[in-house]
Order: sequence, then C-alpha cells, then structure tokens
Amino acid sequence: MKSLTRIQAIVSKELTQLKRDKMTFAMIVMIPMIQLLMFGYAINTNIRHIPVGIVDYSQSTLSRVLKQTVSATQVVTFTQAYTNVIQAEAAIASGDVRAVLIIPHDVSQRLARHQTVGLGLPPATDEETSRPVAQWIVDGSDNVIAAGIKSLRSMPLAELLRKPVNRTTPTFEVTLLFNPEQRTAVNIVPGLVGIILTMTMIMFTSAAIVRERERGNLELLITTPVHSIELMIGKIIPYMFIGGVQVFIILGLGHVLFNVPINGGLLQLAIATTLFISASLVLGLLISTIAKNQLQSMQMTLFVLLPSILLSGFMFPYEGMPEVAQYIAEVLPATHFMRLIRGVVLREADAMSMTYDIYFLTLFTIGGLIAASLRFKKNLD
Amino acid sequence: MSETVIKVNNLSRHFGDLKAIQNLNLEIEKGNIYGFLGPNGCGKTTAIRLLTGLLKPTAGTVNVLGYELPKDAEKLRMHIGYMTQKFSLYDDLSVSENLKFIAKIYGLSRQQQRSRLSELLSLYHLNQQKNQLAVSMSGGQKQRLALAAATIHKPDLLFLDEPTSAVDPENRREFWEQLFDLSDQGTSILVSTHYMDEAERCHKLAILENGIKRADGSPAELMQQMGAHVVEIASTDLRRLKQRLIKLPEIISAAQLGERLRVLVKNTVTEPLEYLKQQSMVSNEASMSLVRPSLEDVFVTSTGQR
Repeated sequence: MKSLTRIQAIVSKELTQLKRDKMTFAMIVMIPMIQLLMFGYAINTNIRHIPVGIVDYSQSTLSRVLKQTVSATQVVTFTQAYTNVIQAEAAIASGDVRAVLIIPHDVSQRLARHQTVGLGLPPATDEETSRPVAQWIVDGSDNVIAAGIKSLRSMPLAELLRKPVNRTTPTFEVTLLFNPEQRTAVNIVPGLVGIILTMTMIMFTSAAIVRERERGNLELLITTPVHSIELMIGKIIPYMFIGGVQVFIILGLGHVLFNVPINGGLLQLAIATTLFISASLVLGLLISTIAKNQLQSMQMTLFVLLPSILLSGFMFPYEGMPEVAQYIAEVLPATHFMRLIRGVVLREADAMSMTYDIYFLTLFTIGGLIAASLRFKKNLD
Repeated sequence: MSETVIKVNNLSRHFGDLKAIQNLNLEIEKGNIYGFLGPNGCGKTTAIRLLTGLLKPTAGTVNVLGYELPKDAEKLRMHIGYMTQKFSLYDDLSVSENLKFIAKIYGLSRQQQRSRLSELLSLYHLNQQKNQLAVSMSGGQKQRLALAAATIHKPDLLFLDEPTSAVDPENRREFWEQLFDLSDQGTSILVSTHYMDEAERCHKLAILENGIKRADGSPAELMQQMGAHVVEIASTDLRRLKQRLIKLPEIISAAQLGERLRVLVKNTVTEPLEYLKQQSMVSNEASMSLVRPSLEDVFVTSTGQR
C-alpha cells in the first residue's frame, strides 16, 4: 500500500517536472514528426534521374534514338556529352556524372545482329551475338547507383528498329505481397517507430537518475524509505504514455502523408509497442545507474542507438548480415521490435504468435528492471 | 532520562589513502542538540553520512536509535530526517509540491499529508510561497523548506549538515529558535557547522580536525578545561609583536582584534601576565589583561599548531 503511494508520488513528480520542462516536452512531439518527414521523403531506394554523360562515336540517327530510349526509362538523365572516353572517365572521377554511355561507331551493325532484336538472316555468328550494343562506364563506389544502371543491361531494343517486341517468358513469376508498388515509405515508417522510440525512450530515462544525482536530489532521496524498485517503476510509468503518444504520431502521420497501411489490429500493435517501450526504458535506466553524469549517459545512449539503426533490420535486411552482426542484432530490443511491428502493421500478423520476439522483449524488461534495481545502491559508497 | 540515541565506537572511514574519519567515539543523548565543529574538509559530512547509513564504515560500530548500521539502515530511514548541505529538494517543483512528494514518500496518509502540510507551512512561514517554484526562493526560504521536508514525518533524530551556510544572520537566529523548539519536543538533533557562534548554541559539541575528534563536551566545559590562558594586549605595532610572539614555544597563537592582540599561552605557564612581561619585545606601556576564553580559543587550542 505504502509502496503504491510512493510509486504514485514519483510518477506525479516526474509528470510535473516534465510539464515544466518545455524543451523536453517539445522534443516528445517534434522528434517523431521531423524524423518521420525526413526519413519518409529522403530515404528512397527507387533510383530516378541519375546524372550521366554520353560519348557518341557513331553520331548516327540510331545512336540518337538509342539515347532517347534510354532517357525514356527515367533511370538516367543525360546532362553532359564528351568527345572521348578519357574525358568521360575524368568526369566520373570528379563526380560531374555518375556514369557514361559509350556508343561505338558500328552501333547499327551491332544492333542489327543483336539477339534482343531478332537475328535476321543470314543467322548471326556466335561472335556477332555476343557483342553488346553499347557500353556503360559506372561509378561503382555507390552500390545503389550501380544496381540502377545495371538494371538497364537487358532493356528491350526492338522498338528502335520498329520491329515488334520480342516477348520473353520469365523463368519465375513473382507476386509481391503487402507492398506491390515497392514504395520505400511502407517499409521505413513502421521501422522508424522502433528507431525513434529507441532514441527518445533511452535518452529520457538514461538521464533520469543521473540528473537527480547531478542536482543533488539523490542524496536526499536515498535517506528516505523509498525502495529502489519503487523508484525505477515510478520513473518508467510516465514515459510509457509518452512512448504511446509518439507511436501514435509516427503511424498516424505515416498513414496520412505516406499512405502506409495499418493492417494489423490495434491491440496487437499496443502489445508490441508496450513491450518495446518498456524494454527501451529499462535499458535507459540501466545506463542511468552506470553513467556518472548526463554527458556519459548521452554517449551511452548513442552507443546503443547506432547499432539499433544499422543492425536491427531497419536499414539492411537482417538475413543479409554476417553471422556476427546477427548475434549483436539479436541482443538489441530494436531488432525484435522491427520484426514485430512490420509483422503487425504490414503483414497483419498476430503478435502473440511471434513468441520468440515477444518473450525476448518481456524477459529483457524484467531482467533489466531487476538489474537496474540491484545496481542502484541506496548509499554513496 | 539520559537515553542514548547515537553510540559510535572506534569508527573509521577511509577513501583510498585518505583517512576521512579516524577512531571516532561518540555518545549522544536524547533531546540534545549536538554539534560537529570543524573547518571544511575535516570529516563532518562524512561523519553524518556514516551515521545515516549512506556510507559504510571501514572499521568500528555505529548504533543509531538502537539500529546497527549499516545492516539496519533501511529500518532507520523512517525515524531520521536529513537536511543536506546543498539544497536537495526539486528546484522545478513548488513548495507544496515538494512537501507533498516527501510526505507521500514517507507513506503519510492523505489526511496526515494535509494536516502536516498546513502545519509546516505556517510554522516555517512559507504560506505565501506555497505555489512558488523552489528555484526562485531566497536562501532563507529554501532552508526553511528543507527543514520542513526533513521533519515532515516527525523524526526522532534530525541530521543537519551545515544548515546555515547560505543564510543571513537574521534568518540564522530564527532557524536556531526553530531547532530549539524541535529539541524541546524531544527531537534529538545533530548539526555540523563551521561557525563558532552556532557551535556555542549546542548543548554539546565535538571539535573535529582531519577526521580526528580533538575535544568534546558542552561549550562551557570546553572553555573551562581549555589548556591555555587568554591574554589581551593593547599596544602599538601589533603586527611586529605578533610575529615575534608566535615564535615562542609557550605561545599557541596570537590573533589581532582591531587594536588588541589576543594571545593564547599554554597553561604550563602558571603566571601568563608575568611571563609575557618578561619577554623583551612587549613594551612597558602595553596594557595586558587576562580574559575569559571563547569557543574560538578552544577551537584554536585544540586544533592545529602542532
């Protein structure tokens, strides 16, 4: 009974302090909004309009038509023309263009005998069919750009010669579920919930106890009968609500601005986010009992945040990471939440059926809470 | 009547090589105001932290209100109040919010909270500042708030760590009146200070230096038992006289007070006035008189100069 009174006292104290701390209060709302707009608009893996140059040795009608056909894909935009390959390579090195298309002088012969056009008569020799029509020189240091240009390798060219397009049947039929338009925002926005919660939740609680120590409040608090577990729980509860508000902002705005569907049930969503918020808050508390001052707690928060962004599956697919990175990722609450939230929001999964991730987050929270309470000693030794 | 609230035996506390407290023995009686007098860094705060269970002793035993420390520190919490040296309530909470928070932490019932709050607000003249944030209050107001918070659960024993260091003289007088009221109601109080006038108000006090207790007793006892005579010399050229006098082995100290020089002479010298007259550097016109020792003289005699 007294325990509940004390927890309630700490909760209402935290809320009052939070209400007076305008900066933190603004951050609760602004961080998710600004991050959502930034990531939602900026991160786009569908490449469009890469600036490229051209070296046209052929100077024929066909070479100009070829150039227009390539432009029409919208993958690249021709911004420069060079007279020779040496100039072109220098331009790539200096970053003026990301790639250069080199059209050889015998482009029409090559095209006429090319297999995508239909080989005509007499039958082309092996040597003739193996000759490409033209060449791309690409700045391969950026994988995404390189992949974008590589996707042009097998573009159909038959319409250049006003012939019917030679339809080829693909080996596999691919059906894209849940995000058939391949919009990046659909994948990013639910993941962003995890990243922003990792950032704000850990940041708020990691400062929680350190701040009391810095301001001298702790010296008084530890002479009172308050138990450390009461203090820990009292510090967490207010931020659970704040985390909920942030999730609402991100998913709500994501739905309105980026048309991200919310397929799963709200109860499922609540279970997944509550678990993750608790785990992050507890991690923050743990940091708080280790850090000596607010600067250190900030540094430790960053130490957790960066792997959460890079390894959790937010940026790169978990399956593609090397084994060691996967082990590290497994320890981070963000990884488990990333699976849960994408499952619930996009694939209409039942959170309770994803038992592994649910158990991990639950055990992480309980274990962390106990560890933080044990680490927080009520003395000054 | 003389019930012991604090009993300390051979208490030591080291921080690495630093011996903050060495072989401290204390016995403090119920209802007393007991003072720790000493310069900064003499171990006053460490001693209080050891007695409240915030620090664990390196050696020795501590018994406070019948609880063995540090084993029973948690049980002791309900019965003691602690006012820290630095203001340690929440700056961004108002006076009543701070008090309500502390009241709840001590598990007071809703009704108790309300009655205690209005009682303390009027007792410590904080009714007008009730809704003011602590950060905007004056030193005296903050100190009264801290005292109110430390006594909200009516503790049997109150620890005050340099309570008046940020307070003007008038507020200090009033503060001590309030301490005597508490003491009158049966609260035992342990207060640390580096002000002589404050120390003189204590029922009993201990003089600490470098973690060692140099003397203890009531202020009157201490002055009586002081191992020195106090002589005031009125003369000219006091600065030079002082320089010469303090070189003598029988002189403990010499301090200038305006036109007089206050000289402490060891009580191995039976006739201090005669002794001083024999010294060639004291001129014949100089008038000398034996005066009553003050607590400061006790302090100077029992610390340093060795």
